[in-house]
Amino acid sequence: MSEIKERAEQSRQKKAAFGPDLNLEDFSRQGGAWAYDPDYRQFSPEERSRLLTAGIELTDEDHAGTFLQADKAIVHCQTRQPGVEVLPITKALQTHAWVKDLLWGLVPVDADKYTASTELDLDNGYFIRALPGAKIEQPVESCLYLRTDRFAQHVHNLVVVEEGAQLHIITGCATHPGVVSGLHIGVSEFYVKKGGHLTFTMVHNWGKNVHVRPRTAVMVEEGGTYISNYILLRPVKSVQMYPTVTLNGPNAVARLQSILIAHSGCELDVGGRVILKAPRTRAEIIARTLAIGGTSIARGHLVGLEPHIKAHLECRGLILGNGVVYAIPELEGRVAGVDMSHEAAVGKIAAEEVEYLMARGLDEDEAVSTIVRGFLNVKVEGLPPALEQEMEQAIQESGKGL
Amino acid sequence: MLVIDDLWVNIDDKEVLKGLNLTVPAGETHILFGKNGSGKSTLLMTIMGFERYRVKQGRITFRGQDITYLPTFERARLGLGLSFQRPPTIRGVKTADILRVCSRGAIAPEALAAAYDFTAFLDREVNYGFSGGEIKRSELLQLLAQNPHMVLLDEPESGVDLENLQVVGAIIAKLLQKERRRLHRDKSGLIITHTGFIMDYVNADRAYILGAGRLCCQGNPRELLQDIKNFGYEECAKCRR
Repeated sequence: MSEIKERAEQSRQKKAAFGPDLNLEDFSRQGGAWAYDPDYRQFSPEERSRLLTAGIELTDEDHAGTFLQADKAIVHCQTRQPGVEVLPITKALQTHAWVKDLLWGLVPVDADKYTASTELDLDNGYFIRALPGAKIEQPVESCLYLRTDRFAQHVHNLVVVEEGAQLHIITGCATHPGVVSGLHIGVSEFYVKKGGHLTFTMVHNWGKNVHVRPRTAVMVEEGGTYISNYILLRPVKSVQMYPTVTLNGPNAVARLQSILIAHSGCELDVGGRVILKAPRTRAEIIARTLAIGGTSIARGHLVGLEPHIKAHLECRGLILGNGVVYAIPELEGRVAGVDMSHEAAVGKIAAEEVEYLMARGLDEDEAVSTIVRGFLNVKVEGLPPALEQEMEQAIQESGKGL
Repeated sequence: MLVIDDLWVNIDDKEVLKGLNLTVPAGETHILFGKNGSGKSTLLMTIMGFERYRVKQGRITFRGQDITYLPTFERARLGLGLSFQRPPTIRGVKTADILRVCSRGAIAPEALAAAYDFTAFLDREVNYGFSGGEIKRSELLQLLAQNPHMVLLDEPESGVDLENLQVVGAIIAKLLQKERRRLHRDKSGLIITHTGFIMDYVNADRAYILGAGRLCCQGNPRELLQDIKNFGYEECAKCRR
């Protein structure tokens, strides 16, 4: 048995450091045998609109590449532009001998039972690579889709942005409208090489009894940039994730932004960690959490290991009606000459702000929506228009009946 | 335009206004003087209909309609506009957005801002990190966008430097149609001022002193201000003109 398999075996039952502990036996490993679908013909209008709300447009048009995995099955996988490679991870392992050396290079296989079960019983996942110097203008769209109720999806993703390349990935994760419960485990490892640029936008739209355990780590080399946008607007049972970005070369930059709505019954534990390991690296973590009945733990951790680094963490929570927002910002400087700061605030909508806007002619619902919209106003570049509408709708619904 | 009849108002069970009567006809600008804490801001907030200001008795009529218990936004839509003394900051909402809100999409914020040297603020969050003068200019531009029949201005010159005061004065004059002949004005104003500086820019028609919860003196704005300077509020209140 390989060392990795062995470590995975030993961690089969290992609880995660954070988040509610799940019994993996409660979920099924019997996914649907969905056929490959070059034209997206198998999707009903209902499914299409569901996927749209996760930013998935189900078209190859205007995309540099596309990938869709439903349960275990690869339903669609296309590369549309030179300079970019999109493959199922199982295929990439056969195509490139070096891929196996990158898997588990950043995320420890024995981190917890979720990483372990991904190694021991892998479904698939995506491999997306931008070749050296390739500037990929259009986004690559990937979709991880739970199409069968109670299914536990095990995914391992690998993204490689080679030297001087640029890539934007929009990944939408969603459940079939008929799926109520399930589990998604997604291990993701991203390598941004020297001077590379990766924007990774992840949109979640799960069912209200679905548990989600992403396990993400990113390595950014000299002069590279990693921008992550995470958007969760709809009900889910629990999400626990704590992606770690290592800025490994001088002048590397990371920005992690998240916009979360914790609905009633939701347990969110979402963090972000950036390790600034090289001189003149910069990092920014921005989190906006809106609690409308649910619980959200917003963690952030910046680790400064070299002088002349600059890092800022901003975590703001807004509670509408009821709910819990627990902001835990951590700054860890380990050498003189680091410049690190944080700003955390949790509050409710101030009556005087509502009245101010009402004095300008907005009714109470409009005033609340305007304030919520302002609160969630984090600029996310390149969002599909359907997603912007979805966001607007979620904002309007949030403010209702306060 | 505005008729207030025997108005009694409480804030948190404390009586602040006690039987106030006031009439501001269309096209006129009236000034409100009074000591700190005399209830001047309370009067404006009550006219605007904010929750904290509870009307116990009396009636407020605006443009012929009883608005005593009307929600704030409906008063705004009827044509009442308020410039706040200390407006709140609204994070994430841009000044350009609120100008659009005020005009209900009818005007381009860019053109309005350009006319009053405010372009640099359009992309900034409403009132966030604004200086005193910038806050007042922002408030008044919002009113210009809203284009109300009557403006309520709560100390529009406080915290404003001399250079900004000219701009502030010019905007207020425009809001009150001071460029027209008196006969042709139909917009009204009620302005709270401590210093009277703003009266250099708007020819006010009448002034009052608010004391003990009601209007206790009235007259020509400049004369009244001079009397206050000479004799103080207490003496003015006693003379009961």
